Amino acid sequence: MVIAKTVDGEIGIMPQHAPVLGVLVEGGVLRVKREGEGDLVAAVHGGFISVADDEVSVLAEVAELGSEVDIAAARDALDRAQASIEANQEDADAAIEAKRARARLRAAGEEV
Amino acid sequence: MGAQLRLLRRRISSVKSTAKITRAQELIASSRIVKAQQRMQAALPYEREITRAVTGVVSNAASVDHPLTVAKDNPARAGVLIVTSDSGFCGGFNANVLREAEALRGLLEGRGLDVVPFVTGRKGVTWHSFRHREMGGQWVGFSRKPAYADAKEIAQELIDSFKDENGIDEIHIVSTEFVSMLTQNVVVKRILPLEVEETEATDTTVIPPYFEFEPTAADVLESLLPRYVESRIFTALLQSAASEEAARRRAMKSATDNANELMRVLTQEMNQARQAEITQEISEIVGGANALADAAAGKE
Repeated sequence: MVIAKTVDGEIGIMPQHAPVLGVLVEGGVLRVKREGEGDLVAAVHGGFISVADDEVSVLAEVAELGSEVDIAAARDALDRAQASIEANQEDADAAIEAKRARARLRAAGEEV
Repeated sequence: MGAQLRLLRRRISSVKSTAKITRAQELIASSRIVKAQQRMQAALPYEREITRAVTGVVSNAASVDHPLTVAKDNPARAGVLIVTSDSGFCGGFNANVLREAEALRGLLEGRGLDVVPFVTGRKGVTWHSFRHREMGGQWVGFSRKPAYADAKEIAQELIDSFKDENGIDEIHIVSTEFVSMLTQNVVVKRILPLEVEETEATDTTVIPPYFEFEPTAADVLESLLPRYVESRIFTALLQSAASEEAARRRAMKSATDNANELMRVLTQEMNQARQAEITQEISEIVGGANALADAAAGKE
């Protein structure tokens, strides 16, 4: 089963799912539940999910597997983004940065 | 005679050093082709999927009228993205692209459109500024190793102009397609507005499934189309980079071959000159000795 977060909310895709084309949110976490082994988790920033013919493809501009996330760097990025949000409430770039950093940490299995 | 020999020696050594340079360039280009090809291969799945998604949306939702899909009634301006290289030493690579771009320009002007060139690569930019052609945009410095960010920047510029009332109404792209090490073709494609093909269904055609959209078809298309344009431009840049190296390898190979041939001819000429010099010296000595002997014989 594949779980992703589209702009409409979370979507879970089981085998034999009807064809869907969805827009993913910025800073979402994608989870692939597999039989017999651990979940495959990735941080996905924007992009699309398309389901057709029992095949799920995720098109993202930036994506990172949870196991490859540099946790210290992500925490550092989150702290910096939060600091600049506190300094300037309307800093849209920092808000996106914070979202991305949170997604990366969640994908790595960290509590945020 | 001695002077000619020295001249030939000097020419041979200069041809030899040129051959060394072209040979090195050839080897560098060959190793770069492989890397450029790998980058091209790596980008393929993304492009294939995004093209499939766009096809899916457009063929499912015929009612979607997005500014990027609909051809304008009276197109007035056409943007042409011309992909050339930054550096030379690659034979007819840039000349071929620019010739094809000129042909397209003639064609579009024949339809009554103003042509706005958008140029990437230093060679194409110089070509246009030398002729005082106004460019809608110019980008240099990444022809050998284009990054996705470069394609994004170009796509943004083109889409902004496309959406603008007084901007361009069509986007064409002229670039070089990498078929194989030996074959590269200049191709002209229209990327926007999208060309809808009405095809007869055959056994092999895959009919896109009926998609559900999250949230709506229009929203999906809105965020999908810019990505699609970016991906098409990125592919064109990557293909062009690989083709550039292939063209460079070929040009440098023939330059090396020519230099070697020239060296052979010059060496032969030099040997002849040396032989002639020796022969002359011998006949001078023999002549001199004979004259001395004759003079001595006359005295007795």
